[in-house]
Amino acid sequence: MANVKELSKQKELFTGGHRACAGCGAVIVARQVLAVAGPDTVVVSATGCLEVVSTIFPYTAWNVSFLHSAFENAAATISGVEALYKSWVRQGKYKKKMNFIAFGGDGGTYDIGLQSLSGAMERGHNILYVCYNNEAYMNTGVQRSGATPKGADTTTAPVGKVKKGKEQYRKNLTEIMVAHGIPYVAQSVVGNWRDLTSKVEKALSIEGPKFINVFQPCRLGWSYKPELTCDLGRMAVDACIWPLYEVVNGSYKINYKPKEKKAVGDWLGLQGRFRHLAKPENKHIIDEIQAGVDKSWEDLLKKESAIFPPETVDKRGGGIPPQVS
Amino acid sequence: MPKTDIVAKTGNEAIAEAMRQINPDVVAAYPITPATEIVQIFASYVADGLVDTEFVPVESEHSAMSACIGASAAGGRTMTGTSSQGLALMAEMLYIASGLRLPIVLADVNRSLSSPINIHCDHSDTMMVRDSGWIQIFSENAQEAYDNMIQAVKIAETAGLPTIVTTDGFIISHGMERVEIFEDKDVKDFVGKKKLGNYLLNPEKPITLGALDLQDYYFEHRRQLAEAMVESKAVILDAAKSFKEKFGRSYGLFESYKLDDADRAIVVMGSTAGTAKVVADDLRAKGIKAGVLKLRVFRPFPKKEMAEALKNIKAVAVMDRSDTISGNEGPLALEIKAALFDSNIKKDIPDHIYGLGGREIRVEDIGSVYKDLGEMIEGKGKPKVTYLGVRE
Repeated sequence: MANVKELSKQKELFTGGHRACAGCGAVIVARQVLAVAGPDTVVVSATGCLEVVSTIFPYTAWNVSFLHSAFENAAATISGVEALYKSWVRQGKYKKKMNFIAFGGDGGTYDIGLQSLSGAMERGHNILYVCYNNEAYMNTGVQRSGATPKGADTTTAPVGKVKKGKEQYRKNLTEIMVAHGIPYVAQSVVGNWRDLTSKVEKALSIEGPKFINVFQPCRLGWSYKPELTCDLGRMAVDACIWPLYEVVNGSYKINYKPKEKKAVGDWLGLQGRFRHLAKPENKHIIDEIQAGVDKSWEDLLKKESAIFPPETVDKRGGGIPPQVS
Repeated sequence: MPKTDIVAKTGNEAIAEAMRQINPDVVAAYPITPATEIVQIFASYVADGLVDTEFVPVESEHSAMSACIGASAAGGRTMTGTSSQGLALMAEMLYIASGLRLPIVLADVNRSLSSPINIHCDHSDTMMVRDSGWIQIFSENAQEAYDNMIQAVKIAETAGLPTIVTTDGFIISHGMERVEIFEDKDVKDFVGKKKLGNYLLNPEKPITLGALDLQDYYFEHRRQLAEAMVESKAVILDAAKSFKEKFGRSYGLFESYKLDDADRAIVVMGSTAGTAKVVADDLRAKGIKAGVLKLRVFRPFPKKEMAEALKNIKAVAVMDRSDTISGNEGPLALEIKAALFDSNIKKDIPDHIYGLGGREIRVEDIGSVYKDLGEMIEGKGKPKVTYLGVRE
């Protein structure tokens, strides 16, 4: 693993000059992923902020081959690129080792792109899918998605006189990916470059489908000061709102366990999308959010401590090890 | 002439055979009646190692076209097959494939669109995507389907436009016919190797494809696409010329069947053209000068050429195997009338919408269309939109 000094000396594969907001976390994800992946990489992006800010014709921020086709199909599109690679290698027409990476926001991954993602993962393509998860449809103006947390104010689940933001908990896409029995699934965060880059490096060293869900604070949609992007990412990890963990061939490893688990309130308090929760009559929502976070964290700890007999783990990535309690 | 093997094959089998001989780099497909067999047969070729193709058995037609787009943009020769709802589900991606100028070849087995759900032939699916920027080539029978698939590769890659080859669901796709199959080597020679321009798998020269195109560039790119479609007419004729030189069979933008001295003619696409020719022959035997214009290439629409071919015919009827549900007429009639108008030809043209959902089209039905045309010539009948063979 290169250190930060070495990484900073590399040729930028995702350049500056793009049109992202000040403090945008999505472009940090792209830059750090490419710093590890290197130039022999094909990137496919779903429609969304990352694609929009980085490819306004005739300009591009991508110094690697890049394709955007539509919103819901980044996984299917990269699987076609990878299929051609396999075909050409088999025909002896191509020798270079290449990385195939798809980026999608949470809207393009959790919601509209879930079918295409599931299909590509099940088919076992040698691809890495990176979800830059900012917990809402930010590109179209902060609409709620399946990744939006309970209590958040969005433009399609707004805070009004009766409703207090999103009423449902977010779905757990990382676990849905684990359920595909693929060899590598991980959660990472903007604000911990070492965690993200080491996970990308590990993922790219594994043959087969890989998925990394990167928690990405969005200053526009979350409404906070732009300089807080990385802090908000790290705080979410310290509060166990977004645990950093990996699932390698079905075995869980939590990469970081906070010595003292922070309460969610401090994190919520820095963001405009949770502003309404400061009112005393909404305190019960904070309690519900805390309860949801606590339960997920406990579930994760149990999964990590479960013992999987090695013979039940399919090294090729197929099949889910049975739960042993 | 090169050696041919005369075999009995269905339309689906003939298409799969052409695909085996073409040996594309990637095929991504999803099952749908009546096109399923094409990819099923092709998958068996992959399983037996008869092709170099990477077959991607995707989870939907949307993903099929998405994977084709990825593979084609990456530099590969790419094909797929579908029908009806599958083509409809692909529609978003069809526009993107043509906008990115990717020469994907798609075999569409024409089938009606829901609802009500129906698995049989009409042209609603292909017509639904008629403005998607894909070249559209219709086939009359299994032989044409085979020949068209082989030509489509050359056409798509030369024109820089994706190409749909259609066959009529069940009528052609499942009908067993006599088909002449060429030798593998001759087909491979004809289609040649795909020329690589800019492609994703070339890290020495990274490209960005599918960029955000705003008010300052989008229009120019769409204009280029429109121009490519205009220019593809010559590409299609060139491919037909090379095909005739190599394999002996003639193709054009359309087929004029006994039109030279005809006083009445039917314009039709797909398998019904065969039935119409039989009826025209019967009428000719009775001294009636009947002809058929079988449109092969619906996109690009051969506007001037069709007007020229129809201008001296007293009475012309169009047979449309789909409807626009617009309070106007079927898609083929609308385009032909516009073509004639632009060539300053005034003609009353009845449109006969027929065969929806696989409704049988019999020689008697086509006979009645010619009969109506005869009455028009005599000044008795009036042109109108008729739903042929329906219970009103």
